[in-house]
Amino acid sequence: MELVVFIVAASAALAGGVGVVASAQPVRSALSLLLVLCSLAVMYLLLAAEFIAVLQVIVYAGAIVVLFLFVVMLLHPRRGEVRPEKLPRQRSAAVLLGGIFALALVYAIAPARATVPPAPPGAFGSAQSVGAALFSTYLLPFEVASVVLLVGIIAAVVLGRARPVA
Amino acid sequence: MIAPSYFLIVSALLFTLGVVGVLARRNALVVFMSIELMLNATNLAFVTFARVLGSVEGQVVVFFVIVVAAVEVVVGLAIIVDIFRTRETVSVDDVDLLRG
Repeated sequence: MELVVFIVAASAALAGGVGVVASAQPVRSALSLLLVLCSLAVMYLLLAAEFIAVLQVIVYAGAIVVLFLFVVMLLHPRRGEVRPEKLPRQRSAAVLLGGIFALALVYAIAPARATVPPAPPGAFGSAQSVGAALFSTYLLPFEVASVVLLVGIIAAVVLGRARPVA
Repeated sequence: MIAPSYFLIVSALLFTLGVVGVLARRNALVVFMSIELMLNATNLAFVTFARVLGSVEGQVVVFFVIVVAAVEVVVGLAIIVDIFRTRETVSVDDVDLLRG
């Protein structure tokens, strides 16, 4: 049963990944990204990471993809205008190098032992266990993250201003 | 449970797709989405190793990656919108003022 779920999620994730890269229209790329993110949330559930799975759906699928879609709707590339590529054969070179890269990665992973680790304790990956780690050992990074978020908000407001102050 | 190496292979392939997207696509938005793809591929690897090692630290790292990725998307998209306002383009080929 788990295997079926994994195969469906993995193929959906990879198909979505191809869709992000190969779609001609950015809207389709954004929707493919949504597919990837949701199937990754399913895989996180298979890996006993409930909290991260929920976070993935809320933050990534809920907020980030919506932001992407807004911007895609806002900006429209000029159509019907074919400019010469500045780097000829860039696409084929990218695919070739990507293939070599994928082979290297899989070659590094493949010899790993296929042992299945023992089942973790029931609370592993719950909001409680992740939260306990966040608010004790990793309290300082957690607070720094809030500062980073604040900086992001200010940066978005400043950059998004209609008339930048001189 | 499924063998962890399957998850790692999915992660590797997703990362590769992101790399190819960054290398091959010229639309700044699609390049940005490909970067998100790579971030998510590494997140999958982190969660896999958290499960293998039975330690919650890997998931904590993923939490921070998601936070920073959210900020990165906000700032990056603001920059892309700003470039579009001034130069009417979202192609990374057209933004070459620093080119020697």
